[in-house]
Amino acid sequence: MKKTALTIDDSKTMRDMVSFTLKNAGYDVVEAENGQLGLDKIAGASFDVIITDVNMPVMDGITFTREARKRAEAKTTPILILTTESGSDIKNEGRSAGATGWIVKPFNPEKLLQVVEKVCGS
Amino acid sequence: MSDPMEQFKVIFFEECSDLLISLEEGLMQLQAGDCDEEVVHSVFRAVHSIKGGAGAFGFDRLVSFAHIQETLLDDIRSGALEVEQAYMTVLLQAFDILSELVGAAQRDEEVADDFGGDVAKAMKAILDQTGVPLAEKNATKKPDIETDTAEKNARLFRILFKPYAELFQRANEPILLIRELGTLGDLTVALDVSDVPDIEEMEAEHAYFSWDFSLITEYDEAAIREVFEFVEDDCDLQITDHGVYLSPEAFVEDAQAGLFEDIEDEPDASPDVLKPRKAVKPAKSGEAVVSQSIRVELDKVDTLVNMVGELVITQAMLREQGGELLVEQYPNLVQGIEDLSRHIRDLQDCVMAIRAQPVKSVFSRMPRLVRELTASLGKKARLVMSGEDTEVDKTVTERIGDPLMHMIRNSVDHGLEMPDVRAKAGKSEEGVINLSAFHRGGRIFIEIADDGAGINKKIVLEKAIANGLVSPDANLSDEEINNLIFMPGFSTAESVTNVSGRGVGMDVVRKNIQSLGGRISIRSEEGKGSKFTMSLPLTLAVMDGMVVDIGPEKYILPLVNIIQTLRPGKEDVNSLPDGRNVMMFRGEYILLVPLYDLYHIDNAIENPCEGLVVVVEGDGGVLMGFIVDDLVNQQQVVIKSLEANYALVEGVSGATILGNGRVSLIVDISTIQDMSANQLRKFQSASPETNKISPQAQISSEIH
Repeated sequence: MKKTALTIDDSKTMRDMVSFTLKNAGYDVVEAENGQLGLDKIAGASFDVIITDVNMPVMDGITFTREARKRAEAKTTPILILTTESGSDIKNEGRSAGATGWIVKPFNPEKLLQVVEKVCGS
Repeated sequence: MSDPMEQFKVIFFEECSDLLISLEEGLMQLQAGDCDEEVVHSVFRAVHSIKGGAGAFGFDRLVSFAHIQETLLDDIRSGALEVEQAYMTVLLQAFDILSELVGAAQRDEEVADDFGGDVAKAMKAILDQTGVPLAEKNATKKPDIETDTAEKNARLFRILFKPYAELFQRANEPILLIRELGTLGDLTVALDVSDVPDIEEMEAEHAYFSWDFSLITEYDEAAIREVFEFVEDDCDLQITDHGVYLSPEAFVEDAQAGLFEDIEDEPDASPDVLKPRKAVKPAKSGEAVVSQSIRVELDKVDTLVNMVGELVITQAMLREQGGELLVEQYPNLVQGIEDLSRHIRDLQDCVMAIRAQPVKSVFSRMPRLVRELTASLGKKARLVMSGEDTEVDKTVTERIGDPLMHMIRNSVDHGLEMPDVRAKAGKSEEGVINLSAFHRGGRIFIEIADDGAGINKKIVLEKAIANGLVSPDANLSDEEINNLIFMPGFSTAESVTNVSGRGVGMDVVRKNIQSLGGRISIRSEEGKGSKFTMSLPLTLAVMDGMVVDIGPEKYILPLVNIIQTLRPGKEDVNSLPDGRNVMMFRGEYILLVPLYDLYHIDNAIENPCEGLVVVVEGDGGVLMGFIVDDLVNQQQVVIKSLEANYALVEGVSGATILGNGRVSLIVDISTIQDMSANQLRKFQSASPETNKISPQAQISSEIH
């Protein structure tokens, strides 16, 4: 069974990189441009992993994570947040919102895949 | 697929240009005093995204500059800094530097070390005022990603791991951690189930298990801690180093066997990691991947446009052949060809719509221009834009930027008066420039109106006479005088400012617009202001044309310029003393243009009363009558650049391929207008005509 990932980022470049990397590793990838659209995608779906940016218009990644954890569909889905180097606050914020882990930007495809596999298996 | 990173780079730069536009828009809003929280956020996000992407591709200069900018914006966002006008200037300068750095990265250019250094310093100075030095803000450096600095000798670690319930709430999985731990070396696992209560007392969301691992590994403790990176605050974790380990291989094998038994048992045994997520149906991949817009490289769209263009030509050919078929004989075939034409036309519209872009991308450059100009000229002006969402083909938006900037510059520099002059004239000190775009009649119109002084007709006329552009005794209408500013070598600016008057005049603007198949006109009222109106085709790839016969050759006239076609009576045509013919049309005399003569075509009908006269509108609304043999038909033609495929030919704006496969030239009305004026001068100087052949015949002979 193919695994499905959801990538949420307002940056097309980032979405594409995540998407490309995971697709190459055999994932189906769904994209959303902000947290709200991400929540819409979650409804009725089941993702194996969700990767979200923090700074996004409409709904940021922290709020998204908090909201997603309230949804039955995403309660136990690993959620990774993408943070920049100055991110230790963000990590704590992300953790308290229910994020499973984090990926530090900039990342390369191998690192991304490594972290994804860390939280949802290979 | 080529190198994926290269592809991402292309996307990144595309995205950057969007981000830069929204960044500038946001900064403009901030500067206008609109400190809406969302505006600040969007400005921050734009810089943040550029930095993020730049980091991924290793554009270090870009990253380090964007980082300072981002920090400053973050302080504004968090309220640590109030937006002040002085900061805005720095932020706008920073925007310029950022744009340059993006551009340099895109072109793969080196940037001078000190480039943008002063702006960076200015931003740092602002940051220092807030009390938190930048260095400190940077202190939280990213953790090392690579920690596999393996020690040479295997060591034994004992690891006690007891998850809290929170670990599961954050969707971490002990089993995955255990597996990851297993990749570091030889792992022995002991599961401690002593805390597990009776089934009646068991809470599904609680954590009851703990593990005791023995790991023989060549990695150090940091590598082990990294495995637990995400969960270290959600569990009790003790790692003890038992030193260098040397052991018989047999032991290792036992240990591994033990590991797998334990792990295989674990998921089913643990209520905490029960698998609701495996029970839920997976997303249907099809429905989930719907996105609202896609980004396509322009090359692909261009190829599509070209192919549709070829299809149009093939269809025209079919239609021409089909026209000869008897409808009674092949009714379905004829009907089919008709349907095909219609569908192809729809297809073409759709394809062109893909390339359409709102003019916003061009307009958005203007506010800054106006701001800079007014600052350097000491004027006050406000730019009001409307219709930014009006769409036009990308080829057009790409090429109207420069003319538009020049015209705005012209309006601010020459149009608007100094504040004190305005006040004296009873106007508000702040001038208003209206920039608007709208669609009308299959073309896009862009208007630039200012409420400035208007064109001083007296000065313009004097200047034109002094420059020998018109004869001193010429009797010109107001409109003709206004249009003089488009003449080459015309500039009324009394002094050459650094804004306009740099030798590039309105004639260049007009030429640029004409080369796009556009027209520009001006209306001006002294003391009240001027309004420039440009009309441009929506696309440069196809146009509606009228195919006409001139002698043995077929030419195409742009339909949009054609007013009427008629065969004049003898009494309507008169000769001027200089040899030109004029024709009475709607109560006015219009010049008859002998196309056969301009294009050197033999065996064409020369007498307008025997052929036809196509009345066309040239620049400045001037009507002319083109003498042709006959009209052939009206059709959509795909414009092929003559310059790209052959050479620039005067009086011809491009070529197309007709249904019969022959190349046909498209008449360039505005250069014909100039040519017929030159022709007149030639007549007057009575220079002997050299032996010439028509451009079409020339091209045909070279192609075939």
